[in-house]
Amino acid sequence: MTLASVDPLFVFGHVSGVDILILLIRLLVGFGALMGAVTMMIWFERKAISDMQSRIGPQRWGPFGLLQTLADGIKLFFKEDLVPDQADRFVFKLAPYLALVPAIITFAIVPVGGTMHIAGHTVLLQIANPPIGILLMLAMSGISVYGVMLAGWASGSKYPLISSVRASAQMISYEAALGITVVTVVLVTGSLSTHNIVTSQGGDIWHWNVIRLGVVPFIIFWIAITAELNRPPFDVVEADSELVGGFNTEYSSIRFALFYMAEFMNTITMSAIIVTLFFGGPAGWVPPVAHLRWVFPILWFVIKTTIFCFCYIWFRAALPRFRYDQVMDLGWKRLIPLSLGWMLVVAGFLIKPAWGLLMAAAVLFASVVLGRAFSLGQSRESGPDSVLPPIGQRPLPGQILRAFTDLDEEDL
Amino acid sequence: MSKPLSFFGGFKLTFQHLARPTVTTSYPQSKRAKQPRQHGRHVLNRYEDGMEKCIGCELCAGVCPANCIYVRGLDNPPDHPVSPGERYGYVYEINYLRCIHCDLCVEACPTQAITESKMFEFSFTNRADAIYTKAELLVDDQGYPKRLPWEDWREGEAEMTGGWMRATSPAGDASFEGVVQWTGDLGVGVRAPEGGQSGNRDDEATGSKQLRRAFFRHLNPIDVNDDQRGLQGQISRGQEKMTMAREKLAERKKNKQDKKNKKDPSHQ
Repeated sequence: MTLASVDPLFVFGHVSGVDILILLIRLLVGFGALMGAVTMMIWFERKAISDMQSRIGPQRWGPFGLLQTLADGIKLFFKEDLVPDQADRFVFKLAPYLALVPAIITFAIVPVGGTMHIAGHTVLLQIANPPIGILLMLAMSGISVYGVMLAGWASGSKYPLISSVRASAQMISYEAALGITVVTVVLVTGSLSTHNIVTSQGGDIWHWNVIRLGVVPFIIFWIAITAELNRPPFDVVEADSELVGGFNTEYSSIRFALFYMAEFMNTITMSAIIVTLFFGGPAGWVPPVAHLRWVFPILWFVIKTTIFCFCYIWFRAALPRFRYDQVMDLGWKRLIPLSLGWMLVVAGFLIKPAWGLLMAAAVLFASVVLGRAFSLGQSRESGPDSVLPPIGQRPLPGQILRAFTDLDEEDL
Repeated sequence: MSKPLSFFGGFKLTFQHLARPTVTTSYPQSKRAKQPRQHGRHVLNRYEDGMEKCIGCELCAGVCPANCIYVRGLDNPPDHPVSPGERYGYVYEINYLRCIHCDLCVEACPTQAITESKMFEFSFTNRADAIYTKAELLVDDQGYPKRLPWEDWREGEAEMTGGWMRATSPAGDASFEGVVQWTGDLGVGVRAPEGGQSGNRDDEATGSKQLRRAFFRHLNPIDVNDDQRGLQGQISRGQEKMTMAREKLAERKKNKQDKKNKKDPSHQ
């Protein structure tokens, strides 16, 4: 076994100087495109949200304010870099990179276009096509939460700490639903590699996973990924009105810029991942002209990704922030059971329709039981007092709502 | 939209807003139209014959809560009187570092000598400039306020000085609507009264027409005039634009004709 077959970057077998050159070019182009896309995304978000709020938005730098991000970056770069007195200095400085690097790496597995032929070499228009494929995305989104968590913890300040606790809890709650919906995609594709996931959705629109799997996994994935991104309406992590700025409150200068960049890079990457998993990636109509055959898939990919980026902005303009308990409620009580049930039904139908129907019946039965359990739990009259009464029923001073135990008062 | 689906109402509304005009005014470059009763920098008015209205009674200085007005009266010289009465304002100074633009001086003035323009954007770099003397406050020979280099005058800000003075009766009695009880000003004559409260809203006279037009999409439906609402509004706005364009075209044609006529009078 040579190094080339182990290293997922060299999936084409032999290694030559040209291969390495092509790899370098792919890396540079991919990285550059991502960086450019981030500046454009920040501009696009600010402009679109200000349009939705009847404002003007950035307009001073460059045509239509296009260079605003650059100006902001330069400004942040020259600002004073503060490290709080109570901070854990090493972790405080490490955290922004833990947020940014996974955001960059995740984009490596996104198929931006089809294949291209250069000088006898077949080149995939994606930076890397590792066999573990989509698992890399899950792993990286797992790591990137460390950036947020450690940033909050290392700041030595209370609001960032609350934010980091929220971030880890939210990440755990939604990672499960996210993973299960990815499993449904993998089940129907039979491969983890993003390239295979995309090629299996090639052809017409009916082969796209969003339709092939029923719309439900897509919607679950979308909600879960929005929560993973900490974007509105799931931005309890950086809720400005509650936690000042959340985990990045104590950050300034270029370290803050790194967090900011990571956030927007994640937005783009996750839009691209949605497109890859459910909307066929670069699939779409291609003109029968030889030289345009590689341009159009890229174009389709960009259009689809832009639509999803716009949807995130739209969410931000239209939806109010969830309360923290609502975030947990949605994740654990709704998305996880739903995604699990749907995954079972999909798995059943993949074996045999009869199995699928059986699974559907089982899932339906389970959901009825679960629904009954939830309603019973919510309407419980008495219980151990260690459980706090729900908000809205808190006792007034001098008032006791419940007995101390489940026993009747006569028994005491 | 039914109640459970009103969740999507927010998406619809935000998306519709993409196409709506922005409400932001790029402030230093452009300004919003000011309200007709805006309190701005004072002016000292003159009668239509050029006489000063101020009689040096010092009521304004007495009523001023910020103590920013300093007035001294003097007997009118018999051979060349400054004001039509017995006395005139010999010294008149307002310290704009103290003035709070409450307009009590305007209210106290028995001769409508002091009123306020709508210009409040002025800044000075030393204390001496902040004290406006009579030379700066008195209107010029055309009846318009003098413009100092540090003042940012825009169109319309010198019009209708003391607009609220020219409303109906101070008690709001509708029977005094349109009754003129003020003297004429130099260059302008007797100014027209504001639109009354019993009649229709006359946006043209109150000067708030442009403001209304800019904001009608963001106003509550009840605040939008019938002819500006919905499809009818679009039609009437279109008609308005058409008539304006037609007038412009006619004017241009007329100008061209005039030029032609001037060039060769033999044509006539």
